[in-house]
Amino acid sequence: MTPTSPLLAEHEALGATLTDFAGWQMPLRYTSDIAEHTAVREAAGLFDLSHMGEIAVIGRGAERALDYALVGNLTALAVGRARYSMLCQEDGAVIDDVVVYRLAEERFVVVANASNASVVLEELTARAEGFDAHVVDMSADIALVAVQGPRSLEIVSAVAPGQHKVLDQMPYYASATVRVLGHDVLVSRTGYTGEDGFELYVPNALAVELWRALLEAGRPFGMVPAGLAARDSLRLEAGMPLYGHELDRTTTPFEAGLGRVVKLDKTDDDGAPLAFVGRAALESRKGAQPARVLVGLQGLGRRAARAGYPVVSGTQEGAVVVGSVTSGAPSPTLGYPIALAYVTPEVSAEGTELGVDVRGRAEPVRVVPFPFYRRPQG
Amino acid sequence: MATFPANLRYTAEHEWVDDSVPTTIGITDTATEALGDIVYLELPTVGTDIEAGAVIGEVESTKSVSELFSPVSGTVVEVNQAAIDDPSVVNADPYGEGWLMKVQVSAEGELLDAAAYEGLAAG
Repeated sequence: MTPTSPLLAEHEALGATLTDFAGWQMPLRYTSDIAEHTAVREAAGLFDLSHMGEIAVIGRGAERALDYALVGNLTALAVGRARYSMLCQEDGAVIDDVVVYRLAEERFVVVANASNASVVLEELTARAEGFDAHVVDMSADIALVAVQGPRSLEIVSAVAPGQHKVLDQMPYYASATVRVLGHDVLVSRTGYTGEDGFELYVPNALAVELWRALLEAGRPFGMVPAGLAARDSLRLEAGMPLYGHELDRTTTPFEAGLGRVVKLDKTDDDGAPLAFVGRAALESRKGAQPARVLVGLQGLGRRAARAGYPVVSGTQEGAVVVGSVTSGAPSPTLGYPIALAYVTPEVSAEGTELGVDVRGRAEPVRVVPFPFYRRPQG
Repeated sequence: MATFPANLRYTAEHEWVDDSVPTTIGITDTATEALGDIVYLELPTVGTDIEAGAVIGEVESTKSVSELFSPVSGTVVEVNQAAIDDPSVVNADPYGEGWLMKVQVSAEGELLDAAAYEGLAAG
């Protein structure tokens, strides 16, 4: 069965170019990648993310099941808060990166990447065995719509009368049930663009009404519908990893620079170290010098490095391969090419000049810190 | 919607040529729609001898890169500097202001008429 976003007809009516993403027909762009990207940075963009997987973990043992299944400390997650975490293999490599919401003491939702949703469901189901918890796949019933950009608060408030204060006071990585269009809707202050924004989880039946209402409410603020192309360039500027690029089953969270999500100090009720899948491998990795490090690269020429291109040291003859690009694109906001790459630790220091083999010609790049872009504060 | 001007001829790789002398070469709006926003053009310099079917440059968009294949053999006599400076003109007007280069043609490659190209682009 081909999964379908309940908003597919809306995208077609808007003239979107569609792309296959993990079996879903999703909008790649509506008009222009750059225009959509810029709208999110300057005003707002409306995204259909219904392809994401939503998996509920419910029960008295749900928190302990998630502590065992994921590398994070989910028992410590307060109701109404969300946390970025990872599902790892026994060898410490990443099966998926996820956002976990605690909706109630005994109710969590794990949001997984579309490409990994079924394996996350399988793994969570297997790993929850023996805990007083059950795992329910809600992916097919739930649509996810995101409003991202500096005008997001005003736009979401416009479809949620009387809820402006609740939305305004919602911290980053928090969620609440908010009255939207007369329905109780799960709204979170989360996103994947580096901007302020909200994500709204609704039953499929409400998706079209919500989409249209947001599109209408957002128009005076300069909001446009935005596709997956803009989403990818936005997340890259914000230095956020994309599974299949920066993260995969050969990479541990430490190599990706995300060791902070691994909570080796989580304990059981007696204060003893808590078992979780991957603990032994991750414990031995922590503090050890990884063979490769994720770095940011700023392109010094005009041609962009792309995923899979070799990173070389020395742009002249005799250049040696020191790494590989995982994501790269011309940055619409910054005006120069940016990339993320795994390189050997020796060449990972900020300011190191390297090359990227762009279709046979070495293009000069410099190691820079990422995020490449941070939103203006205040 | 993609357009297929009847006065042009096309390659299967989505380039177009007109019937002027020297011949103007560009890429079709089917190509620009697939590429998305074009941000970088690499074109041969004036005086370069090019060969039909050979890779003569590249067109880079925010999402991807595609090679530019020469529809004809001949010598490049002019390149569109305005398009190099601001490649968005290729998206905006691929059959007009967004032309890429002019070539003194010595031999044509395999070219399709508008109907044949439209059939191919639709497939």
